[in-house]
Amino acid sequence: MELGALKAEIEAAIAAAGSPEALEAVRVAELGRKGRITELVKSLGTLPPEERPRAGQAYNELKREIEAAIAARRAALEAAALEARLARERTDVTLPARERPEGRIHPVSQVTEEIVAIFADMGFTVAEGPDVEDDWHNFEALNIPPEHPARQMQDTFYLESRDAQGQPLLLRTHTSPVQIRTMRAGKPPFRIIAPGRVYRRDYDMTHTPMFHQVEGLVIDRRTHMGHLKGCLTEFVRAFFERDDVPVRFRPSYFPFTEPSAEMDVGCRRSKDELVVGEGSDWLEILGCGMVHPRVLEAVGLDPDVWQGFAFGMGIDRVAMLKYGIPDLRTFFEGDLRWLEHYGFRPLEVPTTFGGLSR
Amino acid sequence: MKLTLPWLAEHLETTATVEEICAKLTALGLEVEEVTDPGRALAGFTVARVLEAEPHPHADRLKVCTVATKDGIRRIVCGAPNARAGLWGILATEGLTIPATGKVLERATIRGVESQGMLCSARELGLGDDHTGIIELESEGLEVGMPAAPALGLEGPVLTLKLTPDRADCYGVAGIARDLAAAGLGRLRSRDFRPVPSVGPPGPAIRLDFPEGQEKACPLFVGRIVRGVRNGPSPAWLRHRLEAVGIRPISALVDITNYVTFDLGRPLHVFDADKLEGDLVIRLARPGERLLALDGREYELEPSMTVIADASGPVSLGGIMGGERTGVSATTRDVLLEVALFDPLRTAATGRRLGIESDARTRFERGLDPELVLPATEYATRLILELCGGEPGPAVVAGAVPPRRPPLLFRTAQLARLAGITLPPDEIRAILETLGFGVEGGPETWRLEIPSWRQDVTSEACIVEELTRLHGYERIPPVPVKRCEAVAAPSLNPEQRRRAAVRRTVAAQGLAEAVTWSFVPPPHADLFGGAPVRMENPLSSELSALRPSLLPGLLAVAARNLARKREEGAVFELGPRFTGGRPGEQVWAVAGLRWGRAAPRHWAVAERPVDALDAKADALAALAAAGVRVEAVTTAGEPPAWYHPGRAGRLLLGPGTLATFGELHPRVLAAFDVDAPVVAFEIDLDALPKPKPRIGKARPPLEALPYPPVDRDFAFLVPEELPAQKLLDAVRGAEKRLVREVRLFDVYTGKGLPPGSKSLAVAVRLQSPERTLGEAEIESVARKIVAAAEKACGAQLRR
Repeated sequence: MELGALKAEIEAAIAAAGSPEALEAVRVAELGRKGRITELVKSLGTLPPEERPRAGQAYNELKREIEAAIAARRAALEAAALEARLARERTDVTLPARERPEGRIHPVSQVTEEIVAIFADMGFTVAEGPDVEDDWHNFEALNIPPEHPARQMQDTFYLESRDAQGQPLLLRTHTSPVQIRTMRAGKPPFRIIAPGRVYRRDYDMTHTPMFHQVEGLVIDRRTHMGHLKGCLTEFVRAFFERDDVPVRFRPSYFPFTEPSAEMDVGCRRSKDELVVGEGSDWLEILGCGMVHPRVLEAVGLDPDVWQGFAFGMGIDRVAMLKYGIPDLRTFFEGDLRWLEHYGFRPLEVPTTFGGLSR
Repeated sequence: MKLTLPWLAEHLETTATVEEICAKLTALGLEVEEVTDPGRALAGFTVARVLEAEPHPHADRLKVCTVATKDGIRRIVCGAPNARAGLWGILATEGLTIPATGKVLERATIRGVESQGMLCSARELGLGDDHTGIIELESEGLEVGMPAAPALGLEGPVLTLKLTPDRADCYGVAGIARDLAAAGLGRLRSRDFRPVPSVGPPGPAIRLDFPEGQEKACPLFVGRIVRGVRNGPSPAWLRHRLEAVGIRPISALVDITNYVTFDLGRPLHVFDADKLEGDLVIRLARPGERLLALDGREYELEPSMTVIADASGPVSLGGIMGGERTGVSATTRDVLLEVALFDPLRTAATGRRLGIESDARTRFERGLDPELVLPATEYATRLILELCGGEPGPAVVAGAVPPRRPPLLFRTAQLARLAGITLPPDEIRAILETLGFGVEGGPETWRLEIPSWRQDVTSEACIVEELTRLHGYERIPPVPVKRCEAVAAPSLNPEQRRRAAVRRTVAAQGLAEAVTWSFVPPPHADLFGGAPVRMENPLSSELSALRPSLLPGLLAVAARNLARKREEGAVFELGPRFTGGRPGEQVWAVAGLRWGRAAPRHWAVAERPVDALDAKADALAALAAAGVRVEAVTTAGEPPAWYHPGRAGRLLLGPGTLATFGELHPRVLAAFDVDAPVVAFEIDLDALPKPKPRIGKARPPLEALPYPPVDRDFAFLVPEELPAQKLLDAVRGAEKRLVREVRLFDVYTGKGLPPGSKSLAVAVRLQSPERTLGEAEIESVARKIVAAAEKACGAQLRR
C-alpha cells in the first residue's frame, strides 16, 4: 500500500477509537510487535541498499506521526473520561462538617499567663508555695500579730492538722507566705511573682471561699517606691492593653509593708458596664508597699541593707475587669456554657511580643 | 467613719472646698468613700411662718394661708391637714425645682384662688417618705427667710471615710483635721480642754483591781460626778449633727458621750450615779456573772473580760457597752462620767466573743490616745454643764497615764532610700511638728517624740510613710523596672512550663478547663481514697475536706451540666490535690472527665457512648505534652477503686504508674446522681519523670530510609480475653530490625469464629535499613511474625 493511503487509514482508525481500549487495539495493530508499521520497518532489509535510506526515513516519519496521533487521541479520551466522571461525582457540600471539638482554657489560667508574660519582661521569675500553711509563714513572719483581725476565725480556714508546735495549720489567706518562703530559701536579690489559690472564710455575692492572687516581690539594695510606681504602672497599662490607663497611688495600710499603698486605675462606671482606662472614677486594683523591716528581719535579712517592694492582686478580679465577667462565683461552677463563652482557645497563648489578647 | 463639713470646720480653719478636702483626704490615706449633700437641692428654699389659715372658699380640704416669707406677706393655698396659724415651714417660690419631682414650681391658681408659692412636705424635698402633711419646724433659732437646709438641721456635705485599721486617731473629727492641717489645708483649732473648777465632794471611790501582770487591762480610769443635771433632749444642733453621721439622738447626756466619741475619737460612758451601789471596782469578770447591756441583751461574762462593778456586780463592760440598770434616763439627777483606758486586745477579744459591735469597741480596740483621758474629761464635763446644767465634783482618778514611748531616731537618708524622694529639712520639721511630733536635731538625724495618739508609728519606715504621705504619693517620680540581663532567662522553671503545656494540650483534645474548690464534701472525698485532712471551721460540711483527687470536683461539674441538659461534655482541671494536712503535702495533678456520647449526634459519625479508650487517649496526649516517651508506655489493669474494675486501667513506664484512666465505678456515679457513662483520667504531674534540662538542643539526625517499605496484613485468631497489647508486642518483637510499624486495624468477635475467641488484624510495615527487601526475606519475616504470635499468645493465623 502506498504510505499516504496507509497513514490516512490509520488516522481514521485512531479518530474512530471511542475508548482507551479501542485506541490501544489500534496501537497494537499498527505499532505492536506484529503491527503494520513495525512490519514495514522490519521489511527495510529486503529493499535494495540504495532505496533503504529514503524508505527508512519515510517509515520513521510515519511511525512518529502515528505515535503522536495516538498520544493526542489518548489525551482527548482521558480528558473526556475525566469530564464524564466529574459530571457524575457529587458531594453535598452544604452538609455539616465532621466536628473536631475544641476545649477551653479557664480565664484564671489565661490571665495568670498574661500576668506572667508581662512580669517576665521585667525579669521576674515565677515562685510557688503550698496551699496549706502554718501560722508563722501566713501571719507571724508577715508582721501580723496574733490579735490582728485578719487572723480571727471568721476569715481563716483552719485545719484539723497541727504543726510541730501544736498550732493548727491553715489554708493560706494570701499568697504573701510565698514571699517568706522565697526569701528564706534563697539569697537576695529577689524578683518574683507568685500566683496561686488563696482561701478565706467568706461566701456571698462578691466573695468566694477560694480565689486567686498573684504576689510580687522585689528585693535588692536600691529598689524604692519610685520603682514600685514605675513597675506597677507599666504592668497595669500592659495588662489592660492601653497605654493611657490613669493610675493613682494612695497611702494605705498592710501589716507587712511600710510605707503601704493601694493602686487605683481610672475607669468609667455606668449602670451595667465598667470600662478601665477612661472616665473620671477610680477603681482599686491592688495593694502594695515597701517590704516592712520586720518582715525582712523575720527572714534574716538586714533591713538597713536590703529593701524592696511587694504587691498582691486578685487574679479573678482583674480577669473580671479586663474581660467584663460579671460574677466571681461563676468562675468555679464549671458551667460549660460559661467556659465556652468566657474561656480561651487552647492555642491563644498570651505573649508580650504578639499581644496578650485578641 | 462619718463626719460633716461644718463639724470638720470647727477643728480646721480652712478655705478649701469640699472637693479639695475630699481629694486631700484620699491622698492622705483617709479614703473618702462617699460624699452626700442632702441640702444641696434645697438652695433657694426658705423658712416661712403661717400667720393665718382660713378655709378655701371653693374646696373643703384646702386652706388659704397668710404666710410671712422672705418676700413679705404672701397668700398660699395648701392642702395639708396640719397647715395652721403659727406653723414654721419650708417655702418654695415660683421658679424653684422641687427635688422629689424635678418639676419647676409655677404660679398657680387653685380653685379660683391664686397661690403665691408652696409649703413643702418632707417627701417633696427628698428628705424621706413623709407626705402626711407639710414640714413643721421647731421654732428654736428660726427666722423667716433663712435658708431651709440649716433650719432642717442639714449640716452640709456628709463625708464617709474608709479608714485603715492603723489610724485609730482618725476615728475622731479632730484627728482628721490634724492630718489635713499637716498637709497644708488649713489651721488646726483645739477644743476647750481647760479644767472645769469643781464644786462639792467627789463621787464614788474607784479602785482598779487586777491580778498581778494583768494591770494593762485598765491602766487608767477617771470618774467625775456632776450633780443636779437635767437630762432632756439635746439642742437641735447636736441632734442634727449626730443624725447626720448616723447616730440616733437619745438624751442630752447620752448624746454628749456619742458626740465626744466622734469629735475626739474618745468614747465615754455615763452612769446614773443614784443607781450605783457603793464604790466602783474595775476588775476581770467572775465566772457566772451576767450583764444586761444597753442593747437590751443579756451577756454571760467570762474571766477574760474587763468589767466595771459596783457592790451589786458588773454594771458595764469596759470599752464596749454600758449596763441597762445603771444607765441615765430623763429622771437622772446626778451623773457619773467615765473616761478610761482599756486594753485594745482584751477589748477586741471580748467584743468578738460576745458579738458586740459598738462605736466604743471600734475605737478602743484600735488603741486610744492615753494622754487624752484627762483633757477629754474636762471637755465632756464642760459639755454636760452647758447642755444639762449641774455642778461638777472633782475627778476621781484611778491608775495613771501610761509612760510615753522612748523617742525614735530617724535618718533623713531613709526617705530617699525607701521612698525615692528628698525633702528640705525645714519641710520635714514642719510636717512632723504639725502632725504632733516633738522634733529635735536634724538635718541628718532627727530625734522624734511620737505623739501619744499615734500608737501606729513604731519605726523609721513609719516616718518615711508619714513624710511621703503628707508630701503626696503622686509626687514620687516613677522609675521603670528593667530586667537585669540583656537576654531573657525563662521565668518558668521546667515543671511550671510543663504544666502550661499539659494544660493547653488537654484543652486541645476538646476538654474545657474548670477550676473547682480545693475542698469537697467528706463523703465525696471518701469515694476517692478519703480526705487527707478536714477543716476545723468549714463554711459548711459540704466544703470541709481537702480534696484527695480532682475527680470529685469535676464529677460535680458534670452532674451540674447534665442537669442543664448537657448530655455530652468534657472538662478537666489542673491543680493541687492533697496527700496530707501539712505544708507541702500536695501534688500538682491533672484530671479530665468525659461524659455521655463520645460526640454530639452527627450524620457522619456513628453514635456511641464515651469509653475507657477515650480517656486513655486524653491521658496519653497529656503524657506526651509532659515529655513522656509514649511509645514506651504500657497499659495494665488494676485501676484504683473508684474506677470500673473491668473497664479501666493504668499507664505505666517500666514498673511506675503514670496515669489511671477508664470508666468510673457505677457506685461513684450514683453518689453524684450522674446517670450517664463517665470516663476519666488522672495524672500526678509531680510523679512523672522530671523534665531534664538539656544543654545541647540539637536533635539526632533524621533516619530517612531510601528503600521501599513493604506492607503486610495479618489476621490472628486469639483467645477472647487476650490483651491486645500482648499480640502487638509479639509482632513488634518478631524481627525488630525490619518491623517499622504495627497497627491494629480490626477487632472482631462473633459469627464465624470459634466460641471464646476473637480476631485481631494487624498491618505491619517492613523496611530494611540496608536494601530493598526481596520476596524471600519478606516471607521469612512473615513466618517469624506468625510464630512469635503463636508462641506468645497462642494466636492462629486466619486463612
